[in-house]
Amino acid sequence: MAIAAETVSASGRARAEVRASLRRRSRPTESVIQGLLFLCGAISILTTIGIVFVLTRESLRFFADPDVSVWKFLTGTTWQPHLKQFGILPLVNATLGTSAIAMVVALPLGLAVAIYLSEYASSPMRNALKPVLEVLAGIPTVVFGYFALMFMTPLLRLVLGADLVSGYNMASAGIVIGILILPLVTSMSEDALHAVPRSLREASFALGATRLETSMHVVLPAALSGIAAAFILAISRAIGETMVVAIASGASPNLTFNPFQPAETMTGHIARISSGDLSFNTIDYDSIFAIGLMLFLMTLGLNAVSQRIVRRFREQYE
Amino acid sequence: MIDARSSAGRNDVQPPPSLGATEGFEPRVDARRRRADLWRQGFRASTLVAILVLAALLLNVANSAFGYTAVQVKRDPATVLYHGVALDQLDAAGLVGLLESELKPGVVRRLNGEAPLVSRSVRDLHALATERIVQPKVVRTWSLLDSVFRRGAVRRAHAAEFPNTALVFRSWLTADFLLSPQDPDPEKSGVSTAIKGSLWMILITILFAFPVGVGAAIYLEEYADKRSRINQLIQTNINNLAGVPSIIYGMLGLAILVRFLQPFTSGAIFGMAGGDSPNGRTILSGGLTLGLLILPVLIINGQEAIRAVPQSLRQASFGLGGTKWQTIWHHVLPGALPGILTGAILAVSRAIGETAPILVIGASTYVALDPSGPFSKFTALPIQIYQWTSRPSDVFRNIAAAAILALLILLLTLNASAIFLRNRYRAKG
Repeated sequence: MAIAAETVSASGRARAEVRASLRRRSRPTESVIQGLLFLCGAISILTTIGIVFVLTRESLRFFADPDVSVWKFLTGTTWQPHLKQFGILPLVNATLGTSAIAMVVALPLGLAVAIYLSEYASSPMRNALKPVLEVLAGIPTVVFGYFALMFMTPLLRLVLGADLVSGYNMASAGIVIGILILPLVTSMSEDALHAVPRSLREASFALGATRLETSMHVVLPAALSGIAAAFILAISRAIGETMVVAIASGASPNLTFNPFQPAETMTGHIARISSGDLSFNTIDYDSIFAIGLMLFLMTLGLNAVSQRIVRRFREQYE
Repeated sequence: MIDARSSAGRNDVQPPPSLGATEGFEPRVDARRRRADLWRQGFRASTLVAILVLAALLLNVANSAFGYTAVQVKRDPATVLYHGVALDQLDAAGLVGLLESELKPGVVRRLNGEAPLVSRSVRDLHALATERIVQPKVVRTWSLLDSVFRRGAVRRAHAAEFPNTALVFRSWLTADFLLSPQDPDPEKSGVSTAIKGSLWMILITILFAFPVGVGAAIYLEEYADKRSRINQLIQTNINNLAGVPSIIYGMLGLAILVRFLQPFTSGAIFGMAGGDSPNGRTILSGGLTLGLLILPVLIINGQEAIRAVPQSLRQASFGLGGTKWQTIWHHVLPGALPGILTGAILAVSRAIGETAPILVIGASTYVALDPSGPFSKFTALPIQIYQWTSRPSDVFRNIAAAAILALLILLLTLNASAIFLRNRYRAKG
């Protein structure tokens, strides 16, 4: 534009030609490409709209059934589709139960590993350990399901007695989910610990604090928001985890607080009902969407909280 | 941060009451060191636990994938002779002769109908003769650990319980296992149908998700005005989608792709619907569902890779009069490609292992025919593992373990290539 303005001031035919060649040309391909790329980005919005639309529409159909009411769905304590009993509490209870067990395993262990990697381990040690966690993170969940059924359940039965621990149970599924989310907790927590400025640690060492005191009283509090975000995201992962509970936690919706009893979770129930040829236009089909909506809302809420915490945490250091 | 500093100050590092009181100070230092040591051991032990768990998982799989089996045969292979030549030494013509003399004419006719015996390979004929004449059957299996460390006990148990059987050390992961189609009999069953189903599905996933993911990443990094509402919405939305449980994507696929778009996903509108009735539970539905699932991860990775391309490259291109798209296509993308590819390989290896979404869209658990295209019914490797793990019988667990090994080897190869790519990229950068 600046060049064009100069050429205007100096008159002359040759200059006018130059001006014409330098004038901004219209390039239709450029706009077409930009439009296409925008569409690519918009697909993600369409996906979200699709998820919300599908879950809501099918859930509404489910609640339109005369045998079902929202109130009974949310407060009912039996889930027996063939008896027209649709109370989601046993499924929610099992989901929360397995997730709680998973968090009891993953939180202390994940945080301890993160502190070790970030504060204690030498750099060759870290380079050797990180791939182990990456491999653990890359193993498909169905393999963890196999591990829960073939290793964790027999182990629990061996240690605690076969009378106490049932062949399918929430405890072994929960422990294995904890192992499954361990890499997530570790890597996110380690990132948070790593982001704490070195000067804080050095100040603490200079005051004579041991490495433990520095880690626990200086670094950990400074990284707390990042660690909290990791924990919440991990809970959301545990709630949404399907294959481990589908394989190891049993196939009967069962309202129990005993972790050694079988109990089907929300995800486990969806997987069991929909595997095989589920026919459309049945109440079974509609009911899994109502469970799915519940699951979606739970995980969405947790993810939103986690992201909000992460954003705050970022503002502190940038 | 202020909190952190004050809490460190509050800790037992306060100076002793008077500088001379070192007697009171020393023991506390010792106690603090002991405590620090104890916790350090704790942290180290936790890390060790994580490693041990991984080891236990792999060992657990290997434990079922190999081991002694008690094999019962209907006829001892040593007594199966054709013109005095033993089964293992026979050539193709001999094997055909053996089969024709041992089997009923009707069976031979049927086998010839499937594929003429004379045109089959020696390997196939040998397997057929073993299956039809020797008829081996696994009656009991032992785990790898028992087979290695308690060999004597295994031998005794075998001799006591199954006196008329052979004790054979067996790997369940064999070439036959990888190349055979699915079969109701676990001993004959293989994973070739499932592997082909997985590969077809992943092909669709890549074809759909890679261009769209890279396109979206380019849009968000190069074109989008970061302050505009719609672009902020897209960005937040992608972050949220990355946290949606995979089974929800399966339900999206079930309702939209399998049901609503049935004419498209079953191939009916292309006149390519396989089977008797149009059914949307096809490879295409599975591939697209997994594509939607990995899209957020792909976009986020792609954005990071594009962001890492130095601004000077773009300015140089603009300075030479390149248009926006020319700059992106010739300068930004080549620079970002290794990073994009690394992220894509990791996302794809995640998709290969995903079970829940394709279980929900209804990957059939029993498919004996190899998939022939995007509109075929299909099964996939993880589905097969899930199915076999859920069966109560021992032999199913053995082949589930073998299938897991096959899946893990596939994934490790992919991950190793991603790491290789990343390291090469780093070395160059």
